[in-house]
Amino acid sequence: MRAFSYERVSNPAQAAARAAEVPGAKFIAGGTNLLDLMKHEIETPLHLVDVTGTGLNAITETSNGGLRVGALVSNSALAADHRIRRDYAVLSRALVSGASGQLRNKATTGGNLLQRTRCPYFYDTGMPCNKRSPGAGCAALGKGASSRGLGVIGTSEACIATHPSDMAVALRVLDAEVETVTSSGETRRKPLDAFYQLPGDTPEVENTLEAGEMITAVELPAPVEGHHAYFKVRDRASYAFALVSVALIQTPEGKGRVALGGVAPKPWRRDDADAALPQGASAVMSQLLDGARPTQDNAYKLTLAERTLAALLAQE
Amino acid sequence: MNPPNSAERHRETAQNGAERSNVSLVVNGARHQLELDNRTTLLDALREHLKLTGTKKGCDHGQCGACTVSVNGERINACLTLAVMHEGDDVATIEGLGEADHLDPMQQAFLDHDAFQCGYCTPGQICSAKAVLEEIRTKLPSHVTKDLTAPIEVTDAEIRERMSGNLCRCGAYANILKAIHQVAEERA
Repeated sequence: MRAFSYERVSNPAQAAARAAEVPGAKFIAGGTNLLDLMKHEIETPLHLVDVTGTGLNAITETSNGGLRVGALVSNSALAADHRIRRDYAVLSRALVSGASGQLRNKATTGGNLLQRTRCPYFYDTGMPCNKRSPGAGCAALGKGASSRGLGVIGTSEACIATHPSDMAVALRVLDAEVETVTSSGETRRKPLDAFYQLPGDTPEVENTLEAGEMITAVELPAPVEGHHAYFKVRDRASYAFALVSVALIQTPEGKGRVALGGVAPKPWRRDDADAALPQGASAVMSQLLDGARPTQDNAYKLTLAERTLAALLAQE
Repeated sequence: MNPPNSAERHRETAQNGAERSNVSLVVNGARHQLELDNRTTLLDALREHLKLTGTKKGCDHGQCGACTVSVNGERINACLTLAVMHEGDDVATIEGLGEADHLDPMQQAFLDHDAFQCGYCTPGQICSAKAVLEEIRTKLPSHVTKDLTAPIEVTDAEIRERMSGNLCRCGAYANILKAIHQVAEERA
């Protein structure tokens, strides 16, 4: 790990101002992903701004019947909150399907959104990666590369990495918004889908955060009635990233919402796919995965996504 | 962009502030004042600076669970957190659990059920197992919990799922499961 200087800050605006002002600064909260990447020297911050003292630890009710989840609420605490378990079960289910008990105790809501891909070529500093070193090339698209875990849609010639979060897939199906504070102290709010950016020619840019801008909260709209489910398919029963995951909210009339994880650089959802839900899994996926560009190694994900949704619908 | 070389880097971090910090940790009830390189993980602070080598370093990347300790009552991977971020925190390690002639019930259960072979993962397994029973008691849901709003039963599936962040290369899982059940039954 490279050396760095360190400071603690006591409020979000101060954190954002410091991160913009100090060269090479990054925020640290739970640290479960950042420190792992720093040990690999994939992340090499010169300065860490410890935001754990900024007081963003509460889950509070909003005036429009939703919940505001502070950026520092741990994944465990969020999954266990009685309002989340009762009214946003898809989120609770997604959270407990990710990582391990130890990691969920430390990982935060804001950090979970910002975690980096687990593409093996992003992690292997001996291999070219446009996300890690812009312009270097993409080893995952090279001859003989293994891409079975990587993305099938929303990807580009520069990068086929997926976003690894389960939590974000549930937040997408819930129409969550991301609240941030900029380095000048301005509060902003964006739908999660607009917060994430597709790789295009700049896979190193993953979201719309400006220099110093910090996530302060995730806001959930009023609860969406219906059956909430999250089905994650992975190589082992626990503690592995998704090959494919499906977040589903379904009303008794068969209408609802569907988002996919493990297939794209961000949680994947489309309005026309939601509208096709009464026609079944095949109809949903023909919309949702329209335009997919799988590799030979990961084309199975198209079939798997449809079957995973079909399995969930059959459980109703 | 290549990372700056070490001399250049040292100059840059020196402009931002010190590369070392003071931190005060409460470990197994005793307060320790440490002056550490900012890079020092909680795991290395425990093992290398406080000489509490019961907590093990396995993968050093949060994948194996050998470094599991309790911080302010919650189990975490000590390898994936910086010591300087734990000012004033209450850290409980395997050394604080019991003595040779007065074992913690979970330590005794691991002995009773032969729940290890080489023993390297065992401190992490025991720290995790104690937390797992507490997490079930306080209704923290898991991936295998069927009803998110009902009390949670201590089943094989619940224990296995909740212990998935602790690997055992000797494969003592079946006996670890029995040991945890024993403690759960003693408490019930």
